[in-house]
Amino acid sequence: MKFLVCISKAPDTTTKIAFTDNNTKFNNDKVVFIVNPYDEWYALVRALELKEKLGGTVTVINVGATDCDAIIRKALAIGADDAVRIDAEPIDAMFVAKQIAQYVKANAYDLVLCGKETIDYNGSEVGGMIAGLLDWGYVSLASSLELNGDLATLNREIAGGYETVVVKTPFVLSAAKGMAEARIPNMRGIMAARTKPVAVVPVFACENYTTILSYELPKEKTGVKLVSPDNVDELVSLLHNEAKVI
Amino acid sequence: MYKDQYQHPDYYLLDEFLTDEHKLIRDTARAWVKENCSPIIEDYAQRAEFPKHLIPGLAEIGAFGPTIPVEYGGAGLDYISYGIIMQELERCDSGIRSTASVQGSLVMYPIYAFGSEDQKNKYLPKLAKGELMGCFGLTEPDHGSDPSSMITNFKSQNDHVILNGAKMWISNSPFADIAVVWAKDEQGDIRGLIVERGMPGFTTPETHGKWSLRASATGELVFDNVKVPKENILPNVKGLKGPLSCLSSARYGIAWGALGAAMDCYDSALRYSQQRIQFGKPIGGFQLTQKKLAEMITEITKGQLLVWRLGVLKNDNRATPAQISMAKRNSVETALNVSREARQIHGGMGITGEYSIMRHMMNLESVVTYEGTHDIHLLITGMDVTGINAFK
Ligand SMILES: Cc1cc2nc3c(=O)[nH]c(=O)nc-3n(C[C@H](O)[C@H](O)[C@H](O)COP(=O)(O)OP(=O)(O)OC[C@H]3O[C@@H](n4cnc5c(N)ncnc54)[C@H](O)[C@@H]3O)c2cc1C
Repeated sequence: MKFLVCISKAPDTTTKIAFTDNNTKFNNDKVVFIVNPYDEWYALVRALELKEKLGGTVTVINVGATDCDAIIRKALAIGADDAVRIDAEPIDAMFVAKQIAQYVKANAYDLVLCGKETIDYNGSEVGGMIAGLLDWGYVSLASSLELNGDLATLNREIAGGYETVVVKTPFVLSAAKGMAEARIPNMRGIMAARTKPVAVVPVFACENYTTILSYELPKEKTGVKLVSPDNVDELVSLLHNEAKVI
Repeated sequence: MYKDQYQHPDYYLLDEFLTDEHKLIRDTARAWVKENCSPIIEDYAQRAEFPKHLIPGLAEIGAFGPTIPVEYGGAGLDYISYGIIMQELERCDSGIRSTASVQGSLVMYPIYAFGSEDQKNKYLPKLAKGELMGCFGLTEPDHGSDPSSMITNFKSQNDHVILNGAKMWISNSPFADIAVVWAKDEQGDIRGLIVERGMPGFTTPETHGKWSLRASATGELVFDNVKVPKENILPNVKGLKGPLSCLSSARYGIAWGALGAAMDCYDSALRYSQQRIQFGKPIGGFQLTQKKLAEMITEITKGQLLVWRLGVLKNDNRATPAQISMAKRNSVETALNVSREARQIHGGMGITGEYSIMRHMMNLESVVTYEGTHDIHLLITGMDVTGINAFK
């Protein structure tokens, strides 16, 4: 089984978000980037578990510039066999999906795993687009994955419960919480990552469809207001006039 | 549930001097500590018990002898990586870092540097995996700062030696499988011997009632006519330089480690000062609190620069024992001062086990004493700059 896991960088969750160039660009300065947790904790680890059980290889793929090398090394340290970096600054989801789909067409894989979303732009788009471009099946928000020959059984969280689906390989999935338990790399893995191959692939030229006009930060949260339990009138008036929820 | 929110302060952007691999090693150690150490350490410290179950995990993250070459089971890493791992461990608890320091710098290092090929092959890979744990016996009840006056000694008898004497204040002794013991031969030269648990006449009583390093086991090593095979003597070193070079290696780790404790106290104090409201505003908004925080981050930043530079020198094999001594003293003093100020900022909460501050503060009283007391390190620097020995 050949697994391809899509990984992207995302700002560490404690990052203070700021913008530059008249609010049209994200300010990268002093930002620490991590492997997008959904990609690392769930998609990558589940692929590794299945590889350990059934055999095969796990390749990670990233569309990004040299500043993504660190997250690629981490994925290799956790256990991926090799990595591919498509040498381009990602523009939007379609751009990323086209790069990955192009690579998959040229290199046969049985399963492409993405995280359910990145924790920065929360697009949830790349997986579906890759599947569309490849004309493969797509299972989104999968919280479990079992493989039996070329048949895969997945659980999906749906409103109020779960859905179990069966799909034939090759297909694309997006992984949600529950699919696996995060793994911390060990020193052996970190040392092994030094010599694992990272192929740098030139960008596949394609049109981009979107342009970002501007970013905006949410309004700062105001402090909590305490209302005494017997003062229902004040509470109602605050909810009505200030919070405007009733 | 308890959540460890630690983030290291990097006021002078020193991370830019680290490689991606250094950062990966740090993130790995930190993630492991947050998952395995932070949630349990307070309980073990309160009960004065060493969390033995952490040993395999410590080995996995490379805490045991990371600079030892790969062929002997180490990770073959540079000294900055070693420093980083020690810092992440001591950020959680000096006792956990002590266990790693002893295993790597005081047990594996002398076997690697002064041992025979057989000794290296026999012990190092198992020590790196944590399958064997070691301790280091230099200090004696009557000889601490002045180890050259030690009385533990051995006499030759056929293919073995007979070892007599006692060592005190030995970290890890209660559970160690082997001890690297420094003792005098019949000529009065200090030699290193590997003593194994189970050798008749060798006992390791535990020292109880410590108010410091409570999550680390400390004890004695008692040798009553212990028969040690001659092949267990470290062949390639004679004299005080054997143990002193081990201490240099461990002190280097402490220089990085103790700053970890300081950074944890600062990180906690900064967060607390922003959340704790008194007189209608966060206490971090008061000038006296800001003075404390400003001085803490300044001293931490100076310390970080010092250990980073020391790491570069050590990687080049140019760090002198006196330079290492200065960094050990400075980092521990910084950490002690920072922990005391941080405790003030936490108010009453600062004395409880809800926060790591008081535990760090008490731990650091050992760290400022072992591996050369603060004053002994002042004398080392004093002698280095004046050329005059003020020890005696
Ligand atoms: C928790 C803990 C763990 C330890 N682990 C180990 C271990 O694993 N292995 C090991 O071998 N040892 C270990 N030690 C021992 C430690 O290294 C010694 O405690 C230390 O070297 C000091 O020796 P001492 O306690 O005998 O104090 P002393 O040497 O008696 O010193 C007492 C005081 O006198 C001062 N002093 C001494 N000489 C001078 C001088 N010439 N001029 C000025 N002041 C001086 C000292 O600075 C100190 O303030 C440990 C100690 C502790 C507390």
